[in-house]
Amino acid sequence: MAGKQQNSATAAPRPSPSTTPARIELTGLTKRYITPTGEAFTAIQDVTFTVEPGQFCAIVGPTGCGKSTTLGQVSGLERASGGSVKVGGQLVNGVTTGVSFMFQADALFPWKTVLGNVMIGPTLNGSSKAEAVSLAQDWLRRVGLAGFEDRYPHQLSGGMRKRVAMAAALINEPKILLMDEPFGALDVQTKAIMQTELLGLWEQLRPSVLFITHDLDEAVALADRVLIMTSSPGTIKESFDIDLPRPRGEVQEIRHEKRFLELQNQIWASLKDEVERAYARTVSAA
Amino acid sequence: MMGTLEAGPVQLAPVAQTETDIGAAAHAARRRRATWLWIARIVLPVIVIGGWQLSTATGVVDKFFFGQPTAVWTALVELFTKGTAFGSIWSNLWVTIKEAILGFGLGTVAGVVLGLLLGQNRFLSEVCSPYIKALNSVPRIILGSIFVVAFGLGTFPKVLLAAVLVFFIVFFNAFQGVREVDQNLIANVRVLGASPLQVARHVTVPSALSWIIASLHTAFGFAIIGALVGEVLGSQAGIGLIITQAQGHFDPNTVFACMVLMAVVTLAAEYLLTMLEKRVLSWRPPNKSEAQAI
Repeated sequence: MAGKQQNSATAAPRPSPSTTPARIELTGLTKRYITPTGEAFTAIQDVTFTVEPGQFCAIVGPTGCGKSTTLGQVSGLERASGGSVKVGGQLVNGVTTGVSFMFQADALFPWKTVLGNVMIGPTLNGSSKAEAVSLAQDWLRRVGLAGFEDRYPHQLSGGMRKRVAMAAALINEPKILLMDEPFGALDVQTKAIMQTELLGLWEQLRPSVLFITHDLDEAVALADRVLIMTSSPGTIKESFDIDLPRPRGEVQEIRHEKRFLELQNQIWASLKDEVERAYARTVSAA
Repeated sequence: MMGTLEAGPVQLAPVAQTETDIGAAAHAARRRRATWLWIARIVLPVIVIGGWQLSTATGVVDKFFFGQPTAVWTALVELFTKGTAFGSIWSNLWVTIKEAILGFGLGTVAGVVLGLLLGQNRFLSEVCSPYIKALNSVPRIILGSIFVVAFGLGTFPKVLLAAVLVFFIVFFNAFQGVREVDQNLIANVRVLGASPLQVARHVTVPSALSWIIASLHTAFGFAIIGALVGEVLGSQAGIGLIITQAQGHFDPNTVFACMVLMAVVTLAAEYLLTMLEKRVLSWRPPNKSEAQAI
């Protein structure tokens, strides 16, 4: 693997994450991998965009266009092959502070209780156990899981596990929230409920959000801005501002608004070509 | 009773199928199945041991070579009442158990430490992997001869042999356990600011623990084998020594009696390990451990 994950040893002592949201600036970001056969593979090329502080930015694109790679760069878990990422004006070099992740898979500790899972953020921050417990209990109440503290993740439904993951991601009040298709594996109804809850919590904390999804409806309903990504190598094709008013309330209801449908049509026209091109490539490769 | 319903001209289902009825029927079926299960469980050894007894009693099988269940029982009783040529059976049993437990502990600690270390460090694991594979393919039981020659007839060579057998089982499981760690979980705690030590404490070690504990069941059996083989190869006390002596006297019954003894010890250890497993891995979904019922 090319220069991967070697930066943790050099990480400086971490300042406590500030609660002010941060601007994310990507400039000419390029990431190449060496495939197992020894060939270089360009996952993303010359990706340039800025997420304003407190903005909810969604990236939509066909499968395998390097959306997740882009997130890895912003978190600092992976190193760029070219270009730069700045968070809050500072060049990302090593793991970015004040970031939280949410993945499609729950990424919960199966051996920790719900409370233990949510407590991990403050615990790693150096909070005392009593502080961590009371903070975690507070967050479990906020996501509607009071009374489930002692359950293990496998005893919960998919939606409840997502709530735990959401509480665990937000408990440290991150300045940046990175979400990699967080609701991709949920059924339609649960997905809509979780989207509404995410919007509610985001409006309270206002972190900058980078939200990756396949689902155009989801992107338009949640985001302030939607970026369309092309595939192999991944680049930003177009950017759309979503001027739906906030607070947006119930996600299911926004979908029927006239402005939502206009925006959705506009963006789909841009996305359709990319999806078809990516699909044609997978068919010819198969 | 509801008169209006009974007055209806058509009554399709004569049997009232209420939920309690179905529940009671299912309960009865479960009870019947459990009864038959236990009957079959008792009949199986009766056939095997009874067949052995019968065939040796009638002379189809020579009891001089193959022993006889009743004689095994007598030998077992004699071991406890008359003792052995090397002191009481309890002191000999304790020698073997002590060797097995010490070897088990040593092998487990070494296996866990090395497994976690190599599992987390790619370079180190690539350096060591061909040698570990080569060592693993050596018939390690032969090392017992070398240990007895090098370290004498005392406890240490047996502990070492047991530890070597245990080590590889635990090592491969710990190694695999670290490799199977959910990478998303690691990414998650790293962006939250975890140091490498905290990643190990919160993610890698707990994740590998279920693999390690699963391996301990097999490992303890191997610790007993290591201790016994070590004693057979050369010792001054222990169950292995009693077995060698009985073999020299053409006494298969005492050999079988010792086997039964060690089986009881292993079963007891298995019970304790299962208790430990239940305690440490209480978070696991119940259906996962069902496969280990056998």
